[in-house]
Amino acid sequence: MSGAQPVCLPVGGCLPLAELPRLDYERFSRLLREAVQGGARVVSYFARPETDGLTLYAVLLADGDGRIALLRTTLGESFSSLSPELPQLQLFEREIAEQYGVRPEGHPWLKPVRFHAGWTGAPDVWQREAGRHPLVGDMAYYRVAGDEIHEVAVGPVHAGVIEPGHFRFQCHGEEVLHLEISLGYQHRAIEKILRGGPHPATVYQMETAAGDTTIGHTWAYAQLLESLAGVQVPQRAQVIRAIGLELERLANHVGDVGALAGDVGFLPTSSFCGRLRGDYLNLSAEICGSRFGRGLVRPGGVSFDLEDARIATLQQRLKVLEPETCGAIDLCFDSPSVLARFEGIGTVSAQDATALGLVGVAARACGLARDLRQHLVPAVWTAAFAQPVLEEDGDVYARGNVRRREIVASLALLGYFLDQLPAGDTRVPVRELAADSLAVSCCEGWRGEVVHAAITDRDGRIDRYKIVDPSFHNWSGLALALRGQQISDFPLCNKSFNLSYCGFDL
Amino acid sequence: MLSIVRERLRQGHRTGKFPKVEPTLSDRFRGRPQLHSGLSPQQREQAVAACPFGALSQGEQGLRIDLGRCLFCADCPAAEQGALSFSGNYRLATRRAEDLCYSDEVYRLADALNERMLKLFGRSLKLRQVSAAGCNACEADLNVLNTLFFDLARFGIQFVASPRHADGLMITGPVSENMRSALLETYAAVPEPKLVIASGACAIAGGPFRGSEEVCNGVGDLLPVDLYIPGCPPHPITALDGLLRLLGRR
Ligand code: SF4
Ligand code: SF4
Repeated sequence: MSGAQPVCLPVGGCLPLAELPRLDYERFSRLLREAVQGGARVVSYFARPETDGLTLYAVLLADGDGRIALLRTTLGESFSSLSPELPQLQLFEREIAEQYGVRPEGHPWLKPVRFHAGWTGAPDVWQREAGRHPLVGDMAYYRVAGDEIHEVAVGPVHAGVIEPGHFRFQCHGEEVLHLEISLGYQHRAIEKILRGGPHPATVYQMETAAGDTTIGHTWAYAQLLESLAGVQVPQRAQVIRAIGLELERLANHVGDVGALAGDVGFLPTSSFCGRLRGDYLNLSAEICGSRFGRGLVRPGGVSFDLEDARIATLQQRLKVLEPETCGAIDLCFDSPSVLARFEGIGTVSAQDATALGLVGVAARACGLARDLRQHLVPAVWTAAFAQPVLEEDGDVYARGNVRRREIVASLALLGYFLDQLPAGDTRVPVRELAADSLAVSCCEGWRGEVVHAAITDRDGRIDRYKIVDPSFHNWSGLALALRGQQISDFPLCNKSFNLSYCGFDL
Repeated sequence: MLSIVRERLRQGHRTGKFPKVEPTLSDRFRGRPQLHSGLSPQQREQAVAACPFGALSQGEQGLRIDLGRCLFCADCPAAEQGALSFSGNYRLATRRAEDLCYSDEVYRLADALNERMLKLFGRSLKLRQVSAAGCNACEADLNVLNTLFFDLARFGIQFVASPRHADGLMITGPVSENMRSALLETYAAVPEPKLVIASGACAIAGGPFRGSEEVCNGVGDLLPVDLYIPGCPPHPITALDGLLRLLGRR
């Protein structure tokens, strides 16, 4: 019977829209609930105006088999919010409310996400004045009242060289009762300007959606176009992408461990890792001329090949970097005074992590086996990738230690890829995209999963593009981690998540 | 303690010799573009049309490039058509927006601040960094200047936590609508006299997001800029070179 089950796709697959049944909202929500109860989670959730009305798409993923399941339904001017039962939907529903002016009735936390005007001219859910740009940060903040309660507001401009965002703490003395995070300062309207694309500028906007995750986002974008165009990327190109991805992970993980050490005043690891991070960035530059992997991944493959001499240089430099990296990092993890500051701080329980739909390092630090590298093409991944790195405790230590162990694993993966680089082409042309189709692609970036989805119109142009950066799921995790902590531990907790502002704001 | 000393010995001394010794960059590094002469008007037109960011235009002396808009793309269609090629020259910073544009004239690198400003800032320059919708690559590669290799502090330059302590702003990002007022307020909070540095294609002219209704296409229309540092993101050496030129150290 049509609509009795979600429609399934492999990771990176594509489907003609006509094959996706339009369910009524009740059945849609029942199937969604059942899927989540059965262990799946929502990796993307977005709407698109269609002739039948505003259509809601749910993209689910089961970590066990890596299959994507799809559902769709039509929304009226309002719909009944599923967030009370499925907290992992709370931001997605707010996002849809802000973009299309539809109200998720019964949403427990209905606030703007990015502070932009609606996309369709429909009346604003928060009655913000039409025709004017909404005031960023203008919303009702959660407040704790009481004689000894004080509020601390930080940002958007922060003390360090970092991106802007606003944090509000409700404190009792040093203790944080609640942290509310309000973002949107970095909003550049990426999804909106992609309509009618891909445009000549699109790939550069994908590379900079979250500029520290250039490979992750561009990989997801390229894979999406490839599946819509029905193109197979040559093995060699896939492995070169994988090399870029692991270098990106190494640079960021090494930098993060250094930053964590710096935040507890352990300077040797902090300064060594600062330098080592730069060395990994320089390896990316060795491959494509850019320390951030700009220009490497392109739809159809990669734009730089690795000659034998270059491979040898990379191998040689990695051989020197590996012991230096491990030495620098072990120093801090062997130091009792550092561990005393890492352990038991900023804990998120596995239960909360599951409910919120955390991903990537933050999820694996709570024991959740969420690592899309298990399911990625090419086959060389599955051959080389052992198992997701898991820790149990969900605290700063666990998030740090996941990174430390993933650094070792990434170095091994890199060694393998450089050794086993298959011969062949590095790029094939990507021509017309399938019309009226939906495609979903995923990549395990260094923070966590990057999920892109696109729907094409009848001319094969992109009509709706949806980006989910791992930070979209994980900022709520940071807010929760702060409950009951000392406010002075905020920088440390924040570093242990190290989330993207622009990846969230888009 | 002993293990720390042992590790310290293994890690060695890492501070680079720049600016005394020139840096070694990847052979694939894309530095200042060289425009090729001898193209037909039609070829030039094609090159102009092919750049998605409007970095190329038709000048009196042939093709003209605006490094404030250029992203140094690996797959630059104009380069593929033979209209330009990238050199390894990392020196890109200028004092004026018009100096970012060139055809075949000499590229006018940033010169030093005037005597009065040099007296104030020449040996100690404190900057407040503001990211205004930067993608975190520009920010990260400025942060890198604090690491052992670049060791920015040895030049008397420092990023500080408050605009009240700063002599100027180092701005990254195209300035989103949502950051516009925070940026202007931060600028207002810096005591006079003050400097503004626009670092990266976004801050100069909007970068990859030029034209989006949610961005201001850089700081140019909002604040007076004293130093432009091109790139997407600028290489840390490019930024450092620019800062040293501004302070009359190069
Ligand atoms: S490198 Fe990019 S921005 Fe510069 S001229 Fe070429 S296409 Fe335009
Ligand atoms: S110039 Fe490029 S690297 Fe810098 S913020 Fe803009 S997009 Fe990011």
